Amino acid sequence: MTMAPPFSWLKPEPFGLHVIPADAWIDPARAVDTALVTHGHADHARGGHGLTVATPETLAIMALRYGVLETAATPVAYGETVTLKGGVKATYLPAGHVLGSAQILLEHAGERVIVTGDYKRRADPTCPPFQVTPCDVFVTEATFGLPVFRHPPIADEMAKLLAARENEQGRCVLVGAYALGKAQRVIAELRAAGYNDTIWLHGAMERMCRLYQDHGVDLGDLQAVAGAPKAALANAIIICPPSALNDRWSRRLPEPVTAMASGWMRVRQRARQRGVELPLIISDHADWDELTQTIGQVNPAETWITHGREEALLRWCELTQRKARALALVGYEDEDD
Amino acid sequence: MNRFAALLDALVLTPSRNAKLALLADYMRETPDPDRGWALAALTDGLDFPAVKASLIRSLMAQRVDPVLWTLSRDYVGDTAETASLLWPEPPGTRLPAPSVAEVVETLHATTRATAPTILADLLDRLDVNGRYALLKLATGAMRIGISARLAKVAFAQAFSVSVEDVEEYWHGQAPPYTPLFDWAANGAEPPRTDLLPLFRPFMLAHPLEAESLDLKDYAAEWKWDGIRVQIVHVANELGRETRVYSRSGDDISGAFPEVTAALTTPCVLDGELLVRGAHQGGETGGAASFNALQQRLGRKTVSKAMLADYPAFVRLYDLLIEDGEDLREWSWEQRRARLEALVPRLDATRFDISQVIAARDFDDLAETRSRARDEAIEGVMLKRRDSPYVAGRRTGLWYKWKRDPLLIDCVLMYAQRGSGKRSSFYSDFTFGCWNGDPDAGAELLPVGKAYFGFTDEELKFLDRHVRQHTIGKFGPVRETDKSLVFEVAFDSVHASKRHKSGVAMRFPRISRIRTDKPAHEADRLDALKALIAD
Repeated sequence: MTMAPPFSWLKPEPFGLHVIPADAWIDPARAVDTALVTHGHADHARGGHGLTVATPETLAIMALRYGVLETAATPVAYGETVTLKGGVKATYLPAGHVLGSAQILLEHAGERVIVTGDYKRRADPTCPPFQVTPCDVFVTEATFGLPVFRHPPIADEMAKLLAARENEQGRCVLVGAYALGKAQRVIAELRAAGYNDTIWLHGAMERMCRLYQDHGVDLGDLQAVAGAPKAALANAIIICPPSALNDRWSRRLPEPVTAMASGWMRVRQRARQRGVELPLIISDHADWDELTQTIGQVNPAETWITHGREEALLRWCELTQRKARALALVGYEDEDD
Repeated sequence: MNRFAALLDALVLTPSRNAKLALLADYMRETPDPDRGWALAALTDGLDFPAVKASLIRSLMAQRVDPVLWTLSRDYVGDTAETASLLWPEPPGTRLPAPSVAEVVETLHATTRATAPTILADLLDRLDVNGRYALLKLATGAMRIGISARLAKVAFAQAFSVSVEDVEEYWHGQAPPYTPLFDWAANGAEPPRTDLLPLFRPFMLAHPLEAESLDLKDYAAEWKWDGIRVQIVHVANELGRETRVYSRSGDDISGAFPEVTAALTTPCVLDGELLVRGAHQGGETGGAASFNALQQRLGRKTVSKAMLADYPAFVRLYDLLIEDGEDLREWSWEQRRARLEALVPRLDATRFDISQVIAARDFDDLAETRSRARDEAIEGVMLKRRDSPYVAGRRTGLWYKWKRDPLLIDCVLMYAQRGSGKRSSFYSDFTFGCWNGDPDAGAELLPVGKAYFGFTDEELKFLDRHVRQHTIGKFGPVRETDKSLVFEVAFDSVHASKRHKSGVAMRFPRISRIRTDKPAHEADRLDALKALIAD
């Protein structure tokens, strides 16, 4: 009997990473018996699995989105380890992406593999920071895997947002932001910048913000736009999903200054195409410097790249003489983040 | 440079004209000379630095960034200057202070091909990412952000509360950084001299006629020709001789009409309509082809011999502003007209004729003549107050345009697209069609035109709702409707077109009425539209 080649117990399939001895899938794009879920964004956390293994926060987010999880769930707190079928050990570590987001450290046959899900390295008042952990294989995302993506300090972007509100008297500033994570981070950062007025919410944001508050994230005074008189919204900051920015919904608002909080706003043409007047370069993903810095710090034997602009990151690994491969996974979206 | 970079970014992202004007005006008021003048030149005409080309940016980057990473980044961003601004490696330590716009311009002007790489790199090191973008755009003269010369002048007037006509007049002949202009507008100095150079003078414009009738004792009537309004200026003085042809917006189009430019040798400033001679000899004085023929000559920087032979241009003169250095603009229209009539016989008759005054006993007689005018080069009638001076812009009560009644046709709404800016949540751009035969016998609708105005705000709300409730397909930003709504479309003329499947192209189509009362199958057929083709 010959020895199995390294890491052969973990196999990338088109719709997810298969942990063969445990018969479990990481962030699978379709319903499976056992799913290890890194975080609550819809493209990573789909419903309908037999068993979902995730942090308690992620499970709460999934329950909010899909109703009560009708099937079994195993909550794993940060730093905790669960043993799966086949003796595979899974440890959930903070990824710094959104509330509850985790990297999953898998240990089997003396080999250590980390699957990051989505992550960032910047401080975020709504979730604990990414934890650098040594491993043999580092499976990383590459959403902003191009050297043009260097996210500016978030304080600069908050200053832009507050200045726009100040300069456009009588109007409101409408900020398009992902309903899970980005919206709450923008609110928390506004509070950190000393903004204490009511922040107004599109209906799609309300429950998720409440969930964050229930988990101890201080978001200050929030109120729903629905039913508010137009006059009350002058000089207000309003948060809505990106799809609502130019939707009929926004007609009720007093001459909104259209803002959008997204890493894609780095590129002028992307901002123009969306009709954004005030681009806020705020991302919950690692930018180019964070991606390359993290690979350097973790210093794995191999780097696997799941989704995003993997070509450039592969090239960087080649230039720095690191072993790397791109996994052709489907179903991850990056459009609005 | 940082302030200029912020202005540039704000202009790129601001859809509304008024907001753009306010941004430009604020910048001009708050920025010292000569920065504001250079910035204005960079935003409008572009500054030319022969030693700095896009290839220099590429070679600078090739020394600093892996070629594969550069190509992947450039392909993603889609713009060389922006990609370079993002990829430029920040120098270690504290950045030197950012250069002013003037320092950048002076440095780049003094640059040779040999020194350019070092000089540009030093400037890039002193700027942040947005500053680097602005620098590279300015250096390569490729702003392309839709700031026309006219917009810049309106903003200038707004910034310093001076009249835009004065700005137009003094602007020409001034070179960047326009310090005498800013001295005049911002500091109350004497305006720059304008008589030595072939400068543009702002046009006198007309209001649409709204009154039922005018007394022809006070007003003279002329045809309104359907070409492009031009001003032809010839100067001869110690600086030399030169002729220029200017368009309505003050753009110099001399190069596109060399036969007209060459034909004027008398020092004067003329106002007229540029037309081309064509097969359609008609009208009271003859010789003008339709606007469609003139279009062959428009928008070209240079012109081929074949173009000159097939579509020869000439100018039908309306007015005389200056003759032999004598400014006639304060004179009455009647006095200027007499001078013009005396001048025209001395001009090259193949290139210049005079727009005839229409003989009419009274207003009803004029209306009768207007309704009989079938010449396609006639757009309508102009009514000019006999005692009117030549004043820039639209002054109430002096000149009126009385356009021919528009043509009308009933079309069916086929597709709708969202507008931009304030209209970005509304479906406000409409494509409509006519039947290519009998709709009860299986005929189809073919698109014949597109319109995005002519309706009120209330009607827009109705149309938006209609589109959303009657969508049968979506293609990107476009919705296809169930083709149940009829529009009465007004348009100025219609021409044969090979570029359109329907074979026709309308001029100035607009929604004149929404015909909810009319079933779609009763809309007009393509044949009805084709019968109105002018050429």
